[in-house]
This record gives sequence, structure tokens and C-alpha cells, in this order.
Amino acid sequence: MISRQDVEHVARLSRLALNDAELERMREQLSGILAYIDKLRALDTAGVEPTSHAVPLVNVMRDDANRPCLSQDEALANAPDRSGEFFRVPRIIED
Amino acid sequence: MADGKYETVIGLEVHAQLATRSKMFCGCPTGFGAPPNSQTCPICQGMPGVLPVVNRTAVEYAVRTALAFGLRVNPACRFARKHYYYPDMPKNYQISQYEEPLAEEGALDVEGPDGLRRIGIQRLHLEEDVGKLVHEGDFGTAQSSLVDYNRSGMPLMETVSRPDLRSPEDAAAYLRAFRAVLVALGVCDGNMEEGSLRCDANVSLRPRGATELGVKVEIKNLNSFRNVQRALEFEVKRQSAALDKGERIVQETRLYDADRGATRSMRSKEYAHDYRYFPEPDLVPLKLDRAWIEQQRAAIPELPRARRERFVVQYGLPPSDASLLAQSRALADYCDRAVRVYAQNPKGIVNWITSEVLREVDAADEVAVTNFQIPPENLAGLVKLIDDGTISGKIAKDVFARMLTSGEDAATIVKREGLTQMADPGALGSLVDQAIAGNPKAVADFKAGKTAAAKALVGQVMKASGGKANPAMVDRLVQEKLSRS
Repeated sequence: MISRQDVEHVARLSRLALNDAELERMREQLSGILAYIDKLRALDTAGVEPTSHAVPLVNVMRDDANRPCLSQDEALANAPDRSGEFFRVPRIIED
Repeated sequence: MADGKYETVIGLEVHAQLATRSKMFCGCPTGFGAPPNSQTCPICQGMPGVLPVVNRTAVEYAVRTALAFGLRVNPACRFARKHYYYPDMPKNYQISQYEEPLAEEGALDVEGPDGLRRIGIQRLHLEEDVGKLVHEGDFGTAQSSLVDYNRSGMPLMETVSRPDLRSPEDAAAYLRAFRAVLVALGVCDGNMEEGSLRCDANVSLRPRGATELGVKVEIKNLNSFRNVQRALEFEVKRQSAALDKGERIVQETRLYDADRGATRSMRSKEYAHDYRYFPEPDLVPLKLDRAWIEQQRAAIPELPRARRERFVVQYGLPPSDASLLAQSRALADYCDRAVRVYAQNPKGIVNWITSEVLREVDAADEVAVTNFQIPPENLAGLVKLIDDGTISGKIAKDVFARMLTSGEDAATIVKREGLTQMADPGALGSLVDQAIAGNPKAVADFKAGKTAAAKALVGQVMKASGGKANPAMVDRLVQEKLSRS
């Protein structure tokens, strides 16, 4: 079982506010996932190369050419808040 | 540092924006200065369900840079997601490279006060840039921040040096040499003011003689050669004062404030280092085969160090002039083009470049050098006119000034303005006679042993000729006539 602190840490990194019941439920579910990974770990993978993708593809690249952009209004259409030509967000000050 | 008690250890991370037409993973343009949020698409805005695709030219540029620094290009590399929440990044992750970067282990030779030093480069990887934040209204009272996503998704190449730099000057020299290589390769415009080249520094101190590294501090926001050096100088002072007082250095990120000339702690970044990297599922690995890599190697032009050596050997330049020219691709090209037209006197051409041309344009401004009003062929023509005795060096400066405004070549101006040097012994001889007749005192002084008096007479003749007399010939005639009179 993973610890409650671990769940709180991961929740904070993911900007999730969980109440006590949710924290406990997540702890159980995450522990279940990790237990399943442990089961996979029992397999002999010596000589099997680690892979990040299931598809047998490499080097998918495109030419360096321009495509049409969104217009400014389209680009800003989904903004939660807008100020002229900009997206507006709560004040971010580096301190 | 000067006090000798501590040794300074610096490593630099440099982010270079690659000079591609389109962004790293989408076709949006990369031009600087476009209206805010006018160069975005669903991919660089991080909309759900979009598919990024790698820009081949960005990979080519990164591979060329890796080869130029002698890095080992990995046979396979992968992209990774780096997670953090910040409004400059709409996806909440940045596509970067982590465990399997494009290239590793190379070096850059940097000229320092003690000669050439080899600075290790640990890794080079590709990633995307993030958007730009500006504050609305007054910094102190601003209620909100504004975001421009034009920069989001721009292709960035990050290189991380080994902690091989030993002083702030060293760091600035590294950055200059680094920039010169990138500009020579044509992979980055090197414009620090527009943010095409940005730098973070890791700096620590340790007692001289120690082998363990001290606690390091990361300084962000170094956007000019001057700021790099000044920020590091401040930080070295701050850390050595703290160590002197027996304090411990805290590992942290600090921001350089150029207005105050000081670094300050960025508390906001303290917990930001748990990035939860994992392989980017939307991008398949790159497997670069040897033949393709060799093609990239063949596309590498002459690099600054090689060019500097060639200038010394081929043009007979002093190393300092050769270094100055080779640091700027545009300036070195200018020199080569001028010498191609008039190969008899490269040193003469270079003297005109380092004195007169660089009085007019900034050596670091590649665009200004490239667009300089006097094309290199015309500068070569001017030097040739001096060398073959058509004009004097003094007149040549006037001709140069006219070339600057009119854009004409030297010969045209000299011919139209009648500036051809007087080198006719008969005509010059009568000017010398007049000067001798009109200055009995100078003649008497000369006879009394004051050889400097001859100089005054030469000056008189030069003046009478409107500066057009051949000075060497006037000098000879004055000496002859004085000793005969």
C-alpha cells in the first residue's frame, strides 16, 4: 500500500483538492495499480528492450513549412478571460 | 576569484531558438514581433486530441550543432513530457527530451586569458518553448497577468555545459564562442535581445583545492553577455560573503534583476522540481542512421576556430584581429569577399575593417554588417587605390566617407572629384620650391640641425596640394632640395 503522504503529494502536483474519503479511495486504487505492476515485474524481461510505443514506427517527421494559423479571435475564443489581444490569467508574479 | 580563498565553479544551460520557418511540432510561423496570439494553432495551444509532428529541419540543425561540438549523436532518442502547471504552457506539460537526449558528451574550445580551454558539453536536446507572460498595468498593483502564445511551441535546442567554467568572464567567453558557432552554422540568429539565445547558470563555490562541488544555485533570466557576467559576479560575491560568515548556501533558484544588478530567491520554484517525466506517447522515437548523420556533417560550414586559424595563416593577421573577425560570421564573410577581389593586401583590408568599418557598425550585429552600405568589393577597391599610389591614405578616408553616403565605388568617386594623388615629380617639385622659398626660417632651422623642420615643409606642400600629393614623394623631394639648397 502506498502512503497517504504519497497520495497527497501526487494530488498536489496535479492540482487536485481531495477530501479524506477521496484520499483514501485514491490510496486504495493507486495501490491496486502498483500491485498489478508488481505482477508484471514477475515476468522474465531479460533481453527484451524497453519500449515506449506499441507501434513499430520511427522518424515520423514533417517538412519545415508554414500552415495557416488561427486568427487572433479564434485563438482567444476559448480564453476564460481576455484583455485585448491577450489571454488574461490571475496575477503571476515571480517572488 | 581574486581573493583566492574559494574556487568558482560554473555550468551554463543555453537555450537557442532554432532558425526554422515553422514551430517544433506544428506549421505556425516563427517570426519575431507579430501581434500577440496571431501565430498559434490548436497544436501549440495544447488543445485536446491534436497530434504534434517533429520538424525535420529542427532535427537537422540540432544534429549539425551536436557534430560541431563533437557530441555523440545517439542512435535513438525520444521525446518526453515534463509536467508542471504554469499559464505560459497551455498543455500543462512541455515536450522535451529527458533520459534519451539527441546527443551527449562533447566540448567547446574557449579562448581565455590563459589561452585555449576545453569546456565540456554534457548533453544537447530538443524541446518546445512556452508562451510569454506580461503583467497588466503596474507591477506592484497588477491584478492579472497576460499571456501571448506566439512563442509557444517554438523550436528550442538546450545544451548543458559541464561545470568546467571557473569565473564569470569564463562564462561570458563560453557564451560568445557558443553563439559564434551557432551563427556560423546558420541554426540560430543569435539575437539575445529578441530572446533567440537565453542562458541559465549554475554556480557554486568550494574551498580552493577541494574536489567535491559546493552547493549550487541556479540563476535564471540571463539574456545578454553583460548580464551573464554581472549576475555571476554578484552571485560569487554573495556566496563568498555567506561562506566567510560560516553560513550554508541553500540550493535554490534565483532570478537576476538587471535593474538592481542583484539576484534574488525565487520561492515559487522551490517545489517545482517534481516534473514526472514520461515518454511522449504522441511522438515515436527518432532513429538517426549513420549515413543521414554524415550528410548533416557535410553541411557544416567552416567554423569560427578554423576560420580564425585560416585568417592567421592565409592572411597573415595577428591572432587578435583574426579572433575579432571570426567571432562574427557576417564580418568574416565580408573580409573573405573583399580579399577574394583584391588578394594582394589582406592585412590592409582588415585594417580598414577593424578601424573604419567597425566604427560604423557593431561587430555583433550580423544583420547590420551584412547590410553595410559599402559592399566588401568596394572596400577592396579602395585599398587597391591606396596600394597602387592613386590616392593617399588621408584622401582615402574622405573617399570612404563619400562611399558611405553615395554607395558608389572608390574609383568612381576619385575620378569625379579629381582626388587622384599627385605623383608627378615636376609639379610636386615646384610646390616644394615654393614652400622652401616661403619659409626661410624652416630652412635655417634645418641647416642648424633641426631635422624636424623638414616635416613642417612637407606639411606645407601637402596643404598646398589639397592633400593630394604623394606624401612619400614629397618627403623625398623636400629632403633632396633642402640638402642641396
